[in-house]
Amino acid sequence: MTIDQSLDTVDMMLNMGPQHPSTHGVFRMVLTVDGENIVDVQPHIGYLHRGSEKLCEAEDYRQIVDLFDRLDYVSSFNNELPYVMAVEKLMGLEVPERAQYIRLIMCELNRIASHLLFYGAFGADCGAVTPFLYGFREREQMQSLFESISGARMMHGYFRVGGVFRDLPDDFNQRLDSLLPMLEKGITECEALLSKNELFLERTLGVGVIDAETAIDFGVTGPNLRASGSTYDLRKDDPYLMYPDFDFNVPIGASGDCFDRYMVRMEEMWESLKIVKQAVARIPQGPIMAKTPRTLRPPKGDVYVRTENPRGEMGVYLVSDGKDKPHRIKMRTPSFCNLVALRHMLIGSYVADAVVILGSIDIVLGDVDR
Amino acid sequence: MPPKGKKGPPPPPPDPRALAILELLKEAFPESEPVLNLNQVEMPIAPNDAGRICLAAKQDPRLSFDLLGCQSLVEYDETFQTVYHLYSTALKHSAVFKADAPKDNPVFESVSSVWRAAEWFERENAELFGVVYTGHPDPRPLLLWEGFEGFPGRKEYPFSEIQIPDDIKVPQ
Repeated sequence: MTIDQSLDTVDMMLNMGPQHPSTHGVFRMVLTVDGENIVDVQPHIGYLHRGSEKLCEAEDYRQIVDLFDRLDYVSSFNNELPYVMAVEKLMGLEVPERAQYIRLIMCELNRIASHLLFYGAFGADCGAVTPFLYGFREREQMQSLFESISGARMMHGYFRVGGVFRDLPDDFNQRLDSLLPMLEKGITECEALLSKNELFLERTLGVGVIDAETAIDFGVTGPNLRASGSTYDLRKDDPYLMYPDFDFNVPIGASGDCFDRYMVRMEEMWESLKIVKQAVARIPQGPIMAKTPRTLRPPKGDVYVRTENPRGEMGVYLVSDGKDKPHRIKMRTPSFCNLVALRHMLIGSYVADAVVILGSIDIVLGDVDR
Repeated sequence: MPPKGKKGPPPPPPDPRALAILELLKEAFPESEPVLNLNQVEMPIAPNDAGRICLAAKQDPRLSFDLLGCQSLVEYDETFQTVYHLYSTALKHSAVFKADAPKDNPVFESVSSVWRAAEWFERENAELFGVVYTGHPDPRPLLLWEGFEGFPGRKEYPFSEIQIPDDIKVPQ
């Protein structure tokens, strides 16, 4: 049987989202498909736009920490950090060493929790439901540790301008001693479930490839960029806190496909564990808050601070006019910039891979829309 | 804590790396006047010349600013200012470009042909502040719904204003 080549074909529009389980929130993309191939994508964002930047202009410097919690709600500690660091830099505040260690430990534990959530969600995107349960098992233990420290499972509001809200609880070391072996066992089990699974490899290897140069051009940072072979990590390249004193590696991928993006995150969890262990061993005693004025009034000026969030570079551009409320705060969120590259990754791939590619970027829509 | 009545903390000692970039920028752009602010090099640029300067800053091998870290828009009393935070992933240095456009004619040249990261930054800035980026390949609104009126990023926009699309019924 021969196929009549003169038949007219039309591209089909396929609407995905906003309410779609694989979009990790409310995100809509309109795919134009030619048979099985994606020829064009129009991403639509903004369903979760709350105007956080504008809201900051009406709140004083202490209240704003809570708005940053709600950007990337699965890595709240990492979001609070650049904001408090920006205010401290503008005011010239010296943060006590113990507070800096606590911040570092919290950020690294939060990175593991965030990557565990990625692991679960990405497994589900690839068609396996069990990883979701495995990922959430250890993550839940971490959330209760966060609760014992900050008082909240999520949206911690724990970092303060000048230090942290309160000291670590008395049983912190005890809890961490039981948590860390549990995490090691859990991550090993997670890796055993997916990393060498043939079905998983078939779905992710060579899918959604992006090279490092293009990724940087799109502003992609974090694990997504490192999966393409770049070693760009702000903890090494633009150090903050005490990261230069710690011994850890920056895992990178080779080809920049979905599997590399997954693998970089799995390896990062081991590196974060290494950092946490070193930090707990040498955390000093002392105060946890710097002496701050009753009302925070940073001097007139502007400052940009960026840190390595689990998803990439989180930046805060703070403009102060010397009053008790900021003149302008720009939130440079990693998911927003990583999502720009989605179109490039999707065009030319199969429509069945769209969900896998979107899942491998690991976006949080609260972080995209702000 | 700075003592009362004093304008902020004393400036940090100058960083030799920042001074080196300052010299490089002066060499590459003789007409410009870069300055140091909290050990960050800042260079004012012309809004209608942003594309050319940014392209040169990206292609110059001594600068090679390949990553547009952040592109923010700030409203001041007389001007709108676009702030470009540039980084070099290879040379590990940074610089800030600032372009000021008057409020009655807030037009900037788009840099999305230099870094594609600017595409969404510029779309967001344009719809929230009502500024124009000339030469942008896709200048549609990004975050707000179709038919939204006004520019909510601006200081003059009322804070408690709630706009609801006509086709959505809100229970009273």
